[in-house]
Amino acid sequence: MSFPLSYLADFDSLSGSPRLVGLAVAVVVGIAFGFVMERAGFGRAQKLVGQFYGTEFTVLKVMFTAIASAMVGAVVLSGAGLLDLEAVQFNYPTFLWPMIAGGLLLGVGFVVSGYCPGTSFVATASGKLDGLATVLGVVAGSVIYAEVEPALGAFPSSGKLGAFTLARWLHLPASLVAALVVALAIGAFFAAEAIERRGRSRSIPSSTASRSTTLGTEGVPT
Amino acid sequence: MERNPDKFWNPYLAGLALGAVLLATYLLMGKGLGASGASFRAGVWATNAVAPAHASSVPAMAGAMEDHHPMNDWLVFEVLGMLVGGALAAWTSGRLQREVLKGVTFSTAGRIALALAGGVLMGFAAKLSRGCTSGQALSGGAIQSVGSWAFMFSVFAGGYAAAWFLRRQWR
Repeated sequence: MSFPLSYLADFDSLSGSPRLVGLAVAVVVGIAFGFVMERAGFGRAQKLVGQFYGTEFTVLKVMFTAIASAMVGAVVLSGAGLLDLEAVQFNYPTFLWPMIAGGLLLGVGFVVSGYCPGTSFVATASGKLDGLATVLGVVAGSVIYAEVEPALGAFPSSGKLGAFTLARWLHLPASLVAALVVALAIGAFFAAEAIERRGRSRSIPSSTASRSTTLGTEGVPT
Repeated sequence: MERNPDKFWNPYLAGLALGAVLLATYLLMGKGLGASGASFRAGVWATNAVAPAHASSVPAMAGAMEDHHPMNDWLVFEVLGMLVGGALAAWTSGRLQREVLKGVTFSTAGRIALALAGGVLMGFAAKLSRGCTSGQALSGGAIQSVGSWAFMFSVFAGGYAAAWFLRRQWR
């Protein structure tokens, strides 16, 4: 058996019962995704933005662990001939300039709203009205983008590099890149733990200690 | 079952669980997770309901309605699942509660306004970068896409640059 399943790959072109199976898979995957994110604390704005105030690094820890472990899994399965990694990478082409510009803008929006687009759904599902406001904002913002896109000219397609991978860029095997990412992640985790420990030793309560604790009382420099 | 709203999973174990979900999605679908794409489709659906002629005149919206109903989409159903999974996790951990998360001294109206405004910025940004933190940073990052990594570092840069100006909403 080889993956991705030919039955479901290229979902957009599917119709009839394969499409229904794909949508059912989507719901199941979504339930797992939403459940894990909520349990990680991603439904709580303070836990997310703590990353940008140096008070807690849950975002970094969860994201980097997920990326590193999925990357190792993908490289191992690809090496074993079970996963066509190139077929997956083909779905993630690089357009360098709009991705950098979009990233900067999304980072600002993240700090303004307290959520990212995915976590705002999780917050909404757990009853947070600020999460719901973010969801509505994301819907509006993406429609605004569609409206003004023709005026942006060639920029959204600029820096086009195709399915350009870290392995190709660094001229290294994908497995070595995965090992480097794991090493980088572990280094970042030690740094994050050290910074958090330093914050706690100043006897500042962490956001997990009290529901109503605000970031301001957790050591954001004034 | 223990219900402590302030108890979360160990972040590294949560990360491994998230990585497993992501890897399974690659295997089944040939692509990863996402979120903002579903938001856009909801916007296309709403725009098309109010002004169908206008919606079909906007290229990106016409593209989302080409073959199917705009909501007949993988990401839309994935996000429906996310809402179910998120609600289930919040309920079973005692976090399912209608509230506005903010600093104690910050006004509720101000917080909602910022949440909305930040959402608008992110909706625009995620379309520009062809995906958000889920669909680009996480899903593209784990299969080593250079653009996804450039996006991810830019998100952190933008967040750190803006954080100081927004600190009051968490006090």
